[in-house]
Amino acid sequence: MPIEKKKTHLKAGKYFMQGDEACAEGAVAAGCTFFAGYPITPASEIMETIVRRFEEEKRVFVQMEDEIASMGAIVGASWTGAKSMTATSGPGFSLKMENLGYAIMTETPCVVVDVQRVGPSTGQATRTAQGDLMQARWGTHGEHTIIALSPWSVEEAFYETVRAFNLAEEFRTPVIILMEEATGHLRETVAVREAIEIFNRVEEGNGAPFGGEEPLDAVPPMPRFGTGHRLLVTGSTHDPHGYRKTQDRVTQERLLSHLQQKIEYHKERIVQWEEYELDDAETVLISFGFAARAALKAVKDARKKGIKAGLMRLKTVWPMPTERFETLAAQAKTLIVPEMNFGQLRGEVQRFTGGKKVIGVNRADGEVITPESILRAVEGGTSL
Amino acid sequence: MKQEYLKYIRDNVFPTAFCPGCGHGILLNAFVSALGELDYDQDNLVLVSGIGCGGWIASPHMNTDTLHTTHGRAIPFAIGVKLANPKLKVVVISGDGDLTTIGGNHLIHAARRRIPITVICGNNNIYGMTGGQASATTPVGAKTMTTPLGNDYRPFDLVKLVKGAGGEHVYRYTAFHAMQMKKAFKDVLQKDDFSFFDILTGCPVQYGRRNELREPAKMIQWMKDNSVLYSGEYHDDKIMVGKF
Repeated sequence: MPIEKKKTHLKAGKYFMQGDEACAEGAVAAGCTFFAGYPITPASEIMETIVRRFEEEKRVFVQMEDEIASMGAIVGASWTGAKSMTATSGPGFSLKMENLGYAIMTETPCVVVDVQRVGPSTGQATRTAQGDLMQARWGTHGEHTIIALSPWSVEEAFYETVRAFNLAEEFRTPVIILMEEATGHLRETVAVREAIEIFNRVEEGNGAPFGGEEPLDAVPPMPRFGTGHRLLVTGSTHDPHGYRKTQDRVTQERLLSHLQQKIEYHKERIVQWEEYELDDAETVLISFGFAARAALKAVKDARKKGIKAGLMRLKTVWPMPTERFETLAAQAKTLIVPEMNFGQLRGEVQRFTGGKKVIGVNRADGEVITPESILRAVEGGTSL
Repeated sequence: MKQEYLKYIRDNVFPTAFCPGCGHGILLNAFVSALGELDYDQDNLVLVSGIGCGGWIASPHMNTDTLHTTHGRAIPFAIGVKLANPKLKVVVISGDGDLTTIGGNHLIHAARRRIPITVICGNNNIYGMTGGQASATTPVGAKTMTTPLGNDYRPFDLVKLVKGAGGEHVYRYTAFHAMQMKKAFKDVLQKDDFSFFDILTGCPVQYGRRNELREPAKMIQWMKDNSVLYSGEYHDDKIMVGKF
């Protein structure tokens, strides 16, 4: 198996650090050897931590001329065998979208961090939000599938970054880490374990270097540049050997099916969530990221008041655990989705409730959502 | 081109997609001949290109690792490859619309940093693949699909642009100068420096037919007649060729 147990660069123990720093440390632990970045609030601390670590570890950091270039550079680096990463926030995330689509189309593993701030446009650079949930899913054009993770704590910023690299390598796809400014700039304790599991990409194997051959959900081997494979890598529709087939409907259909199936058919390896007090819950909350912290507090407070409330917290936001939405919708009398936007997750949950109405608790003014506002919704009051 | 140099070309890519009279083929021939004369290791060479006719010079023709990227972004991808594995020789070949118009920012920054990659601009003064629209190198007065009364705006002089940004090893040749081009390609292929080529390839189909240069031979003759070899004095009204 391409999985190895590896000691981290940090000694096992407890560390007090910022979410952005934990993300960078997680990348170093995961074996990231190439980082291209561009300054942006509130994500710059990831780049700055990487710079310090990479100098010690002799890995490659480059500050590019813009966000587009940093996304392009990590894709180029990935084809030399490097585990590569970039980090940004909303405006930069928007600029990365075309080359993100290129990474999806060319099945290039890489990790893209979006530390979400208030938008649209420049918005409020130092304020927190969860407004990029749908951008992570659909920001680049054309039919596609993506993996996106949502850590809710500084410790998870560390471990979910490791998982992001592992998933990128295993499924040959870009993986997005959706943090919030609130987590990126939060300082908390991180318990670093002795060793972590690392997935190393399969470079050599039978078959062509791109998908489209049977079985369509299989991840093809990814040879690196400079090893005699004479690879043809293109963002145009291509056959499994990389030849452009820009007029052929069968090649396009098979390629799209492959890109979707390699992720959707393996959701059990990708989709993770946590459940709190859901066994007998009549009021079910579904949330993610920083908002889920307030939601958990609201659940605990509701329980003290004798209300049977519970929480489902998404760690993987894309793809979503839609089957679990269905069973929870069948169980629940009330469904509530707290989030720091106007209802991006609520709309997704609503599609899987069999018509049962989902109540939103929303905040998008740059402040963190509060347990009190969620508790009011749990108690049947107004949501905002 | 010698028969044995065909090892640098994929054997299943013909007939080429280029129009009759396209100078991109002359550029490709000169580049492949340079590789052949050096017996260059094709498995240590990565060709990176963008979108448009110029992006097709390398991909799929070149029998090396090739990275056919997004529009205008070939240079950032190439920088990622080169910095992540400095042992590889990385060459960008793309067009003027791609490298100097939508992607101009990346070009000047690569020159400023002197990243050790070679950038070859197959400059035909037009957006060919999309039907003949004006680019940043379309001359003043030239007729294109988007400048039917003649182009109002001054074009980039790519040699001055790249030199001004800090680039070294800067060359310009035309489709007429196939031999000089090949020799210069050989020079830079043996070095690990930044280098830039403005290669005027000419586009009889999209540019020439609207600007009285419809015949490929006439276009090449025009290039020859208007070129002056650079020897210290730069004439803005001529096509200055050579090393700058």
